[in-house]
Amino acid sequence: MIPELGHFALILAALVSLILGTLPMIGAHTNRQAWIAVARPAATALAMLVTFSFACLTQAFVANDFSVVYVAQHSNSLLPIEYRVAGVWGGHEGSLLLWILMLTWWAFLVAVFSRELPDTMVARVLGTLGLVGFGFLLFILLTSNPFERLLPGAAEGRDLNPLLQDPGLVIHPPLLYMGYVGFSVAYAFAIAALLSGKLDAAWARWSRPWTMAAWIFLTLGIAMGSWWAYYELGWGGWWFWDPVENASFMPWLIGTALIHSLAVTEKRGSFKNWTVLLAISAFSLSLLGTFLVRSGVLTSVHAFATDPRRGIFILIFLVAVIGASLTLFAARAPKVGLGGRFGLVSRESLLLTNNVLLVVACATVLLGTLYPLLIDALGAGKISVGPPYFNAVFVPVMSPILFLMGIAPFARWKDASVADIAKAVKWALAIGVIVAIALPLVYGQWYALTALGLFFAAWIVATAILNFIERVQHTRAGRSFLATAFSQPRSFFGMHLAHIGIAVFVIGVTMVSSYQDEKDVKLAPGQSVDVAGYHFTFNGVKAVEGPNYVAAQGDFDLAVDGKFVRKMNPEKRNYHSSAMPMTEASIDAGLLRDVYVSLGEPIDRDKPEGEWAVRVYYKPFVDWIWGGCVLMSLGGLIAMLDRRYRVKARAATQLPAGTQQA
Amino acid sequence: MKSRHKKLALIGGALAIIGIIAALVLNALNSNIALYITPTEVAAGKAPQGKLFRIGGLVKEGSIQRQADGVTIAFVITDTAKDIPVAYKGILPDLFKEGKGAVAQGKLNETGTFVATEVLAKHDENYMPPEAAKAVDDAQKAANKHVSPSSAEAAKAGN
Repeated sequence: MIPELGHFALILAALVSLILGTLPMIGAHTNRQAWIAVARPAATALAMLVTFSFACLTQAFVANDFSVVYVAQHSNSLLPIEYRVAGVWGGHEGSLLLWILMLTWWAFLVAVFSRELPDTMVARVLGTLGLVGFGFLLFILLTSNPFERLLPGAAEGRDLNPLLQDPGLVIHPPLLYMGYVGFSVAYAFAIAALLSGKLDAAWARWSRPWTMAAWIFLTLGIAMGSWWAYYELGWGGWWFWDPVENASFMPWLIGTALIHSLAVTEKRGSFKNWTVLLAISAFSLSLLGTFLVRSGVLTSVHAFATDPRRGIFILIFLVAVIGASLTLFAARAPKVGLGGRFGLVSRESLLLTNNVLLVVACATVLLGTLYPLLIDALGAGKISVGPPYFNAVFVPVMSPILFLMGIAPFARWKDASVADIAKAVKWALAIGVIVAIALPLVYGQWYALTALGLFFAAWIVATAILNFIERVQHTRAGRSFLATAFSQPRSFFGMHLAHIGIAVFVIGVTMVSSYQDEKDVKLAPGQSVDVAGYHFTFNGVKAVEGPNYVAAQGDFDLAVDGKFVRKMNPEKRNYHSSAMPMTEASIDAGLLRDVYVSLGEPIDRDKPEGEWAVRVYYKPFVDWIWGGCVLMSLGGLIAMLDRRYRVKARAATQLPAGTQQA
Repeated sequence: MKSRHKKLALIGGALAIIGIIAALVLNALNSNIALYITPTEVAAGKAPQGKLFRIGGLVKEGSIQRQADGVTIAFVITDTAKDIPVAYKGILPDLFKEGKGAVAQGKLNETGTFVATEVLAKHDENYMPPEAAKAVDDAQKAANKHVSPSSAEAAKAGN
């Protein structure tokens, strides 16, 4: 009964989203207040219906209702409760339901936190979100209904894919989807602005915090996925340039360009067309990502068994969304170029360069990701584009961005002087060069790329500090340094924190790719292996039992300089319900390095007490990669909470009180 | 005049940057593409010599053998028509199994053994890499023009 209620709620939701996507839009066009007023309640109803539907599916999982096909395929009565809940988005149908849940929540939040916006604007934004939601609801109902029944019901479920039975999975997809779907709000704002013909600074200011929020979630989601791959897959890598990873990275690159471009539009009124185009692109790439993941057209580590018909639906949806948006853009975008005059060297020109480079970076990733599809479609054979392509292209494209990141905060709007900037950053340059020359030598061998990476990291941190000091000195006006420092706007703190996050990330990437070490060896109990000064002694394996699996658990002693540090217990798990073995690595994490051991296979299958193939890693600074991402997100969060986004809201709430008194 | 000069400088600079990037991308793309080649094609001598490529098919039943060092593994990839011996040093992905689809990347050595540098992992026991499926499909179509079993059935047949 409950699954049917969920299904019914989903059908109602599709109808409500259609109403939300049409009535307020027409109302805004023909200026009918009653129709415009439909937007907020409809968005609220939509969110409630989808939430109810999602709750129904969750209930089916928690209650082990194996008469629902989707539950029977992705759960098991032995599955611990937290993974039963996470199992809701462990497969195609449920993850789409999560997608639409996120979309309707974003729309609901816009409906709640948009009191300072004109009603017609709200109507158009929510209407756009309604149309997108309608497309996805239709997709779920027609091709991927999670509530489909299995008659007679299965006695036992097939269990959740063991790879997904991990705390990382509980939060990775929701974070990522919040980011993906969050760009729909930036997109909806852009479409609303195009429809109204009012692309102005106010639009950019409304759009900014929403875009930032989406970007924060996407950053965390990607970082979470990378971390999960690192510890769960047992390959020791953190990024594989896999098509599905690229699919999440492309909207991130464009989203990063978008938040910078929005800043220019808000502060200077320039780059309007460009900003709109970026907002459309960011969301289109999110849709493309969904298509790539869900259609299975590419060989990928994320490629689960998929149904090509679904791919075609998303492809049509994608073409419709992009086509309609670009047509609207072509018809409505103001034909004034970049708008606002600025000098060859100015903050605008530097941010424009940053934008162009980010877009180029995204284009190269897109090319590398879609090239195999293109070649295949042309009948020229099947090919794959490997990580070396991405590395070869990415370093040269990203390097100027990292360099400009240090300079742009010093550049004035409109016209900046090269001499002034050079004077302001000369010490940062010196520090960068010293670090680049010295640090790799301290650590081991000197490589040019290592030096380059460390130079950029030091450069970004040093310029951020110098810029901060400079700004405080300029705005001091007799107050103490500290008091002035703390009274800086949050967006300024946020910017530098996020940039320092990039520096931390660059340090992690540079160090781990320069100085990591790994060994694959055969070990008998009692034997040991050394990697980068870490001594692993293998004491054999023993059988252990988990809730829904049995595992061979390795027993290793980790020692440094002859001193025992800790036990390490990697596992090789066999899940009861699927014949799928799983490697659980054991990681000793540290601020400056991780050491990592994982079990391969017993050399002789029938003698698990004997020799094993074992992989050990030494990963210097690897945690800085994710630490950097967390700092970036934190910076984004602080910037998002800047007072100027709320001043108007407060003014709006105070106004009715004031009028009552009068 | 001055603003026109500025514009020219901007456009010129942008074109130069785009040119450099395009050259970079094409060069990188050219040297990092791996072709997919089916075992039948390899047997027919169509594999590039000394260049990385990818091979897809089924891991032949009973073909996995571990070498004395414990970490080098020999196995056979087949599209049901032709068999290609493969050697790989390292730890195999969890879902690598006899009778299942697999994709490996590497080079052919002088003795005709495919030396793999990478064996692609999958996330799902029921997933068949499309390239592996296609290799098997092609071979079976060639073998029997009347019956062309779907790749899924072929994968099951290998089980």
